[in-house]
Order: sequence, then C-alpha cells, then structure tokens
Amino acid sequence: MLVVENISKHFGGIKALDQINLEIRAGEVTAIIGENGAGKSTLMKILSGVYPDYEGKVIFNGKTVNFDNPKQAQECGISIIHQELNLIPYLSVTENIFLGREITTSWGELDKKAMRLKTQSLLDRLKLNVNPDTLIIDIKVGQQQVVEIAKALLTESEVIIMDEPTSAISDNEVKVLFEIINDLRKENKAIVYISHKLDELFKIADRYIILRDGCVIESGNIQEMNADDVIHKMVGREVQMIRKQSLKVTTGELFSVKNLCLRNPNQKQEYLLKNISFNLAKGEILGVFGLMGAGRTELLEAIFGLHPKYRSGEVRISGSATSINCAADAIKAGLALVPEDRKKDGLLLDLDVQKNIGITTLKDMEHLGMLEIQKETQLCDKYRSELKIKTSSGKQTAGDLSGGNQQKIVIAKWLATHPKILLLDEPTRGIDVNAKNEIYKLILSLADKGMGIIMVSSELPEILAISDRVMVMSEGIITAQIPINEANEACILKAAIPKSI
Amino acid sequence: MDLKLYKPFFIKFQSLIALFILCLLISLISDKFLTVSNGWNVMRQISVNICISVGMTLVVLTAGIDLSVGSVLALCGALTAGLLKNGLAFPQADLFIGFTILGAMLVGVLAGTFLGAFNGWAITKFKVPAFIATLAMLTIARGLTLLYTQGFPISGLGDDFAYLGTGWFLSIPVPVWISGIVVLLAVILTTKTRLGRYIYAIGGNESASRLSGINISRVKIIVYAISGALAAIGGLIVTSRLDSAQPNAGSSYELDSIAAVVIGGTSLSGGKGTILGTVLGAIIIGVLNNGLVLLNVSPFWQQVVKGAVILLAVIIDKSNSKND
Repeated sequence: MLVVENISKHFGGIKALDQINLEIRAGEVTAIIGENGAGKSTLMKILSGVYPDYEGKVIFNGKTVNFDNPKQAQECGISIIHQELNLIPYLSVTENIFLGREITTSWGELDKKAMRLKTQSLLDRLKLNVNPDTLIIDIKVGQQQVVEIAKALLTESEVIIMDEPTSAISDNEVKVLFEIINDLRKENKAIVYISHKLDELFKIADRYIILRDGCVIESGNIQEMNADDVIHKMVGREVQMIRKQSLKVTTGELFSVKNLCLRNPNQKQEYLLKNISFNLAKGEILGVFGLMGAGRTELLEAIFGLHPKYRSGEVRISGSATSINCAADAIKAGLALVPEDRKKDGLLLDLDVQKNIGITTLKDMEHLGMLEIQKETQLCDKYRSELKIKTSSGKQTAGDLSGGNQQKIVIAKWLATHPKILLLDEPTRGIDVNAKNEIYKLILSLADKGMGIIMVSSELPEILAISDRVMVMSEGIITAQIPINEANEACILKAAIPKSI
Repeated sequence: MDLKLYKPFFIKFQSLIALFILCLLISLISDKFLTVSNGWNVMRQISVNICISVGMTLVVLTAGIDLSVGSVLALCGALTAGLLKNGLAFPQADLFIGFTILGAMLVGVLAGTFLGAFNGWAITKFKVPAFIATLAMLTIARGLTLLYTQGFPISGLGDDFAYLGTGWFLSIPVPVWISGIVVLLAVILTTKTRLGRYIYAIGGNESASRLSGINISRVKIIVYAISGALAAIGGLIVTSRLDSAQPNAGSSYELDSIAAVVIGGTSLSGGKGTILGTVLGAIIIGVLNNGLVLLNVSPFWQQVVKGAVILLAVIIDKSNSKND
C-alpha cells in the first residue's frame, strides 16, 4: 500500500536516513523499532509531509507522491498522531476534529449540527463516550488521543502513524487504544506504530521494521521474534569512539542523593522521580541512561534546585546536607548544569561569546560597582584556547556559531564557576563527530582533575565510552546501576525499557 | 561602486541618517528650524520624554513594558507640588510638616520608585503579565492623582522650583542637563555594570539566565523601580515648567516613550537595543513634532504622520534583520 524506495535524508553533513526500503501494508499494524536517533521520526516526518526534501521515492497506492506539507499528506490519506497531541485545549471535541475542515452551509455559516452529528458517529465508532461539545481540556489524555484518531478517520486516512501513543496514558487507556487499533485493522487501515515499549509491540503489531543508524536492519513477522532478539538487533553496531583508557579507582564520596522525589507539577499525585538514591565519587563519571520520558532531565533539574516546590529528598555534598532551592544556591554549592537544549536554556544567543562565558562569574569581575571588561576578555580567551572554541573573536554573536562551538561555550561558562560536580544533559546532542570527541576528551580530563561528573545521555555508545559506572532509569526510578566493566548495550537497554503492561 | 559594501554602515546608522535627512528637509522648507533657540527649544521639549524613555528602554530590554509611566509622572508631580505648597497638616495632632524644595522632590521621586517597584513585585511574584500589571497601575495612579488633587491643578509653586523646568545652567537649559545626566548614568548602567548585563541576559533568554544563577525577580523589580523613578523625575520637570501640577498631566506619554524606544531599534521581545538608540528615537520624534508645527501642518495630520513614522521605522528594522 505504502512503499518506500531508497530514501535518504541528510541534515547538514549528517546522514539521518540511508537508502531506506520498506513496505507498509493495509490491514496490518507495522511496528517501527529503533533507538533514539535511529531515524524513526525523520522517516515518519517524510511520510507525513513535514520534510518535503529527500532522496528516493514514496509510492502510495501505486503512485509516486511527494507531499509539500502535512495537510497534503492528510488529504491524500496519511495521518500522523504525534507524541505531543496537537489539539486546542479550549475548543470542543467537535471543533477540534473539524479544525481547518469545517462544514459550512450554503450561506457560509458554520454547520454546527452536521459537524456535531459526524463527530458523534466518529466517537461511537471509536467507542469514546464523551459529549462532542466537551472542551478538550476537560477530558483525559487517553481520550484526547482518541480524538486525534477521530481526526484521522474524518479525512478517511488509509495510513495512520502513531508516534509513542502510550507514553502518557494509563494501562486501561492503553487497552482501549488497542481495541481501537484492532478495529481499524479490521477496517483494512494500515497502522504504523512507533514505541519503545517492546511488550506492547508484541501484543499489537503484525510486522516489525528495525531501524538503526538510519538503515533498515531487518523486517519481518513479529511472531518470529522475541524481545532479546529485538534488543540485540537494535544495538548491534560497532563502536568507533575513544574509550576510557583504564578503569579508575575512585575513592571518597563527593556527592549523594537520597530518596529524591519529584512530583508532576501538572498532576500532583504523579511522580516524575521516585525515591532516587545514588552517590558519586570524586573524579567519577556516572553515565545516566534512559529512554524518552524516563526522568533523566528531571533528575538533573531537581538536583540543580529548579523545582523546589515539587521536590523532596536529601542532597549531600562532601558529606554535609545541602539545601538547594534555586540555581544560585546550586552554583554556590559547587554544581554546574549544562542543559539538554542549549538554545533554549544554555545560551544568550543574541549576545557575544565573551558575554556568554562571563555571565556566571560577573560578581568576581566587579570593581567599585563597575565591570572590569578586560577580566572578562581574559576569561573568554582562556576558555577559547583551552576548549578550542572556534570563533574569530570573543565578540562574535553566540547564535552564529556551530552546535559544537555553542556547546563548548555553555561548558566554558560553567567551568568558569569552578564546579565540584558537573551535570551534563545530552552533552553531544546535535553536534558533529569531531566536536563530540573533543567534548569526550574534555570530560575525561575534568574527571582526572577530580571533578565528579553526571552525564545523562540517550546515546548508548557514548555512555559506554566514557562512564565509570552506568545508572539506568525508567519511568522515574533507577532500574539498574552497573559498573562499566559489566555493562553492555543489551543489559542497559533491557533495564531501560518500561514494563508497564 | 558596490552598494552592498555600504549596507552594514547604513543599517548601523539608519536612525542617525533618518534624523539627518529629516532635519535637512525641514530646514529647506522653514528658516526658523535651524536656529540655536529652536534647537534648545526642541531639546527642552523632549527632555521629559527622554527621561521616561530611558526607563522604558530598560524595561523593554527585559522583555517587559511599563504603561504606567504617564500616570506615575502625574501622581509624583502632584505629590511634590502639594507638599511644597501645602505641606503635610495633621489638624488633630496640631502638627504641620513643611517641605523644602529638595525634600518635596525627594518624596516625589521615592513615590515613583515605590510605584515602579510595586509593578515589578506584582509581575514577578504573581506572574501577572507586565502589560496588565502596569495597565492596572496606569489607572490606579491616575485615580490617586485625581483624589490627591481633587481634580484641580496645584499652581503657584514659586520661582525657585520653576528653575528646574525653565532655568538655564552654563547656557544649557536645566531639563536638558537632567536628561543628559540620566542618559549618561543609564549608558554606564547598561554597558559597564553587572545589573546592565543581567538586563540584557534576561531579555535575551530568561530561562538560560535563571539557570545561570541570576535572580530574575530582583533584576526585574529594580528595573521597574528605575522606570518609576525616572517617570517621577519627568513629573518634576513638567510640574516645574508649567508652575503647576495638572491632574491629567502625562496622559499618553507612555505611547511617546514606547515610540522612542521602538524607533531607537530596541526589540519589544527584549535583549536587543541601546540607550543611545532610544535617545535618537526621542530626538526624531521631537524634531518631527517641531518641524510639523513650524511647517504649519494641522495637528490632526501631525498625529497621522507620527504614527506612520513609527510603523515605517519598525518595518525597516524588521526587513533589515531578516536580510542578515
């Protein structure tokens, strides 16, 4: 029904997809399996018209198609339901379903009656017992998902792509969703199902396609596979990166966390982090791995004092209990956080390199209330040469630099505070291989100087390459702590995959 | 000749070039424009707007806005005038407190600082959008002014006080001195101090600034307090020049100052802009006003022209940044 032939897609110099061939059949649920960054979402964005430029062909019902935008794809019969739902909270179910496709009377007036009737019939078909006039904000996330499916059905979509549909819903809602998927399958729709939860895939899917590093590794009937095979296929790759020279003997506790909990600010009964306890020694690199939604970023943020109202638990630095309720407290206590999204949380994009590096330590550059700009210049020059930040001068605007250099600026501004503990959240996301290796070397040398480092990453090879110990998280709890010499990709991934069903 | 080479130059000095062309045009049509007395006249007229606009620039740099400046100006002017003229009388306690000129002025400026800080507090503590919080203050301060003055002007404040708005010092009008000093201090604040750097950082990326350990609330409260204080100083100048505190003084001044800020190239989304840009913006508006009067343009048309200039300035700014 939907055939993909030799599709490749580049982002800059990085190959996201490499000669992909696959087929999606009507009346079947096809599971797309792969690690973070394997190319799943890029592929789905091509199929649903988000990325109009690519090499290769998409053949839909025998015709080659090339969608310019998602709307075109939808009209053609391919709908995607994103992980983050695209519904408007203060409009009703009916209004959301018909958004952009409103039925009007011959006077040009909205035909509310017709839309409501059609909505009711869609909801009946999906067995969703909700009044079509209810506002989206008043229904549960699982029900919202069904509304998204109704939207796809309204356009008579033949292919429905679901990206992590169960990441935010309860077990009961998952059951309902699976019933709906089974019904859709009987109606001869093609479902593409993307999920990290392997046990779910075994329950619902007919076929599977495994992606790794932008290539199709294998496809076939899911009945012929078991979970261990799948994990093996997902990770089986050779690692071409610098590795730690030797295992360090680390002594002396530098930092520890006891029973750290973080409540969900939106749903007070739910926990984003549950009873997290671990310690970190001087000079140790602790790699933290988890899949999407495991609570990795939240862990670092909670340690750094960003959600004081929702957090409980104890943090000890060099043996003494420390209370950290804002970033300034954290800096004073010797912590530094290099955030996941450097553009959103790390950099002052409009300011120059020098001002970005100086921002954390301006206090030390004051003389009689005036800033001593030459001190800032010195600081900037020091880190430019130490971290090999490639800029023409410190006066270059941070936003104009490459991802790798931007990341080095963020690291530099934190090194300027002389932290004892460095928290790194996805330190090499979106940067090229050379810059990655430079950052790894830097992390290793910092650890050699005695800094304790907690590195969150969703890239397994990275975790294995430079950690002394690996901590695995899943759904807000620690599921494993593995010394590096016992760690391998399969055992880490096994601990990371949620066992919610 | 390659015009592209000159493009960065044009973009950098576009407001200066615009001002030059504007002056050239007006002086070609009217011979009264390019005279020393008219020059000081324009400078004196815009000195109040410059004071207010400097505060507004700081606020806008943090990605905020202060709509209350006009009302705060009126309230603080009236307060100073009232204290100067009538003092504070408590008949029950048989107590009367008189105020010297400096004392009354100090109370006026402190009141403005307090009202501004209150704005900042509401904005940071309760996460009220700046637009709403200062809109509320606009109404509150105007109401308080009317209550305090009972709706009547407070006039006859004496020659000494009039010096502030009408006097000359070293052959330069006193209001121009005041606005000049305010500008100088603000330039130092924005370019040479930690607070100044924080203001740009917060406007550029609030979440990155918070992560860098900057106390966002404190910086914002200080910035709104400065804006309130500068509005109060503007109020003193206005009151002194007219020798009278008018209850409706300063209405719609916030719009003139926002116009100056925007024409001066400061981005309303924060993080980008300079004090000197705003000063240029204020001068452009002042020269435009003056020129339109000299050219006998009807006051109704003056408004239309002013509005068109603001729109044009922002359109040019936007298209430049897009081409880069």
